[in-house]
Amino acid sequence: MIDPLIAEISSPEFVQLSLPPMVIGALAAMSCALPGNFLLLRRQSMLADAVSHVALPGIVAAFLLTGSMAGGTMMLGAGAAALVAAGMIEAVRRVGRLEPGAAMGVVFTAMFALGVLMLERTGASGVHLDVEHALYGNLESLIWFDATGWSSAADPRALAGLPAPLWRLAAALAAMAALTRLFWKELTISTFDPGHAQVIGVPVRALSLGLTGATAAAAVAAFDAVGSILVIAMFICPPAAARLCANTLSRQVWLSMLFAALSALVGYVLAGYGPLWLGARGSVSAAGMIAVVSGLILALACVAGPARRRAGGALGAEGR
Amino acid sequence: MSEFLRALTLNAGYNAALVAVGAALLGAAGGAAGTFVGLRRRALATDAAAHATLPGVAAAFMLMAWLGGDGRWLPGLLAGSALSAALGMWLADRMAARTRLPEDAAIGAILSTFYGLGVVLLTVIQGMNAGKAAGLSGFLLGQTAGMLRAEALTIAAAGALAGLIAFALRRPMTLVCFDPGHAAAMGVPVRAVDLAIMGLAVGVTVIGLKIVGLVLVVALLIVPPAAARFWTDRVEAMTALAALMGAAAGWIGAALSASAQDMPAGALIVLTAFGLFALSMLAAPRRGALAALAARRAVRRRMLLRQGLAALARGAAPGDAAQLRALRRAGMIGPDGAPTARGLAAAAEVARDMRRRSFLRGGYALDAGLTEFLTRDDGLTPLERMLAPDQLAALDAAMASGGEAP
Repeated sequence: MIDPLIAEISSPEFVQLSLPPMVIGALAAMSCALPGNFLLLRRQSMLADAVSHVALPGIVAAFLLTGSMAGGTMMLGAGAAALVAAGMIEAVRRVGRLEPGAAMGVVFTAMFALGVLMLERTGASGVHLDVEHALYGNLESLIWFDATGWSSAADPRALAGLPAPLWRLAAALAAMAALTRLFWKELTISTFDPGHAQVIGVPVRALSLGLTGATAAAAVAAFDAVGSILVIAMFICPPAAARLCANTLSRQVWLSMLFAALSALVGYVLAGYGPLWLGARGSVSAAGMIAVVSGLILALACVAGPARRRAGGALGAEGR
Repeated sequence: MSEFLRALTLNAGYNAALVAVGAALLGAAGGAAGTFVGLRRRALATDAAAHATLPGVAAAFMLMAWLGGDGRWLPGLLAGSALSAALGMWLADRMAARTRLPEDAAIGAILSTFYGLGVVLLTVIQGMNAGKAAGLSGFLLGQTAGMLRAEALTIAAAGALAGLIAFALRRPMTLVCFDPGHAAAMGVPVRAVDLAIMGLAVGVTVIGLKIVGLVLVVALLIVPPAAARFWTDRVEAMTALAALMGAAAGWIGAALSASAQDMPAGALIVLTAFGLFALSMLAAPRRGALAALAARRAVRRRMLLRQGLAALARGAAPGDAAQLRALRRAGMIGPDGAPTARGLAAAAEVARDMRRRSFLRGGYALDAGLTEFLTRDDGLTPLERMLAPDQLAALDAAMASGGEAP
């Protein structure tokens, strides 16, 4: 059992084909899960849902305007669409006095529909820009041509050939981590007690806007590589599972990082190798499988998480 | 354009007509059911249901193919999707009730996990037998082009059924949404009606899969009621209006889609519904943005006029240009800037009103009626129009005997 495993992991094919998607998946998962922790506590989890839906029209519009499929252009488009959506949601909520859920639903369905229509009408779907890519991402196709084995990890020339999303997501994760560290105290206070935060002079509104911006940035950075399903799953499932296992915020955040990375690794392995183990050929969607694994972790936390009940009925107040 | 008109009048072929009728019925059922769903604040829960249909569709396909049948048989796929949507909603409900996770997180978790599972199953099917699975990806964004006649008939019939159920249950659903306690006291089975509301929502979602697709079908339940809300405060009227708007969106969207190539029906139906929403948000009387803007400007005009008249009464020239403009427009001052007779009378009126107000606020013994008045005083409406004649007379008498208030 162990020997073939080691043989597989040390083979050049593994480093070329499986390692980059696993690392990219884990980075994407952690970048999204980090702001997801605060969204969860602020009851804004569905913001991630809205943001990842509106990325499609942004990407299509960026492509139609520039004719370029470069990662940077697409990200700018998706980011701009996220801003437009945030503004529209706020406007609809204020002017229409709708509940936030309905306001979000009105805006993101309309924008997604616009994206689909633009895609179909302009024939952009012919050039490797399609809805399925937007939904599922292209994790499996992110491979490292220049790798000849693990030794390539120390070879600058080979490292330069790593898929671009890897660097982008590494930067995104670093930025998310730095922001969280920098504003930890303010974020915590304004999340748990916005009234008190306001009184002691924490800029609550600016923080809330910043969190929305960080959410959009993380979603946009991850979107192209892993698709919108996985983005939504990673914003919500790992933080939710961690919330059921921890009673302090710092422990929740660390646990969510662990769950996110675990989902990505286990999910990718199950998607890539699971069918082989069952005697079938081929593989299944990695993004889908990672989402499923994160859901299973959450399900486990729901039935056995040490902090799964509301305060008062807590089991083992300080977690494990 | 003529092609669009032909489709709109059901003359663009039998299938297109069936799809248009089915989409309209579906839109009506969605608008009505969505009104109740929204009043129960479950709008986004239906999004979880919509995404949770995917594993059901895929599993039903696999089961039917494994049993040797045609995996794409629509009623079977719809039954599978309804089962998994119901399962997803039930799980989300349990998660929110039993753990400390907020409801929106439970909804999002179910939505993404089920959807992920559905995508995994779709890739399994693609691996099983490449060609036959082609129809399934149409459930993501809907696909009306090349729809089989039997499928169009199924959708039209199911849409009609959902519309009928919504119509038949409108009274108990209204009661439950409006006041669950009162409904229970009247003998309405609240839980059963609640289940019926969510069941209807799942039904609309499932029937809408083939036309609108699971990513967007939730719009049928959210957008028409949100648009209808601008026009009325009454639940019955809102339900009817939402159903009407949903039907219009379904009909027009389907017709647009049939009028040319590469016009996805789902996206067009959703965009039509959004157009109705935007129109309502802009133009509805009282609640619409334009009405609110007009009301704000009217208040501002009244304020400027009052300030200008107060200045006239003091014998001073009104300070700023906006006040002068307001006075001139109301005919209170002539083109030369001198007050007209009407302006002088109005200025005296305002001065008296201000004296009364300052006396009132300055410690005049308030009775209950006057205390209540102070809570709704906007400082602009003349007291004569806000107080009863006897209150006003008492006030004037007190002013006359006590002079200025302390």
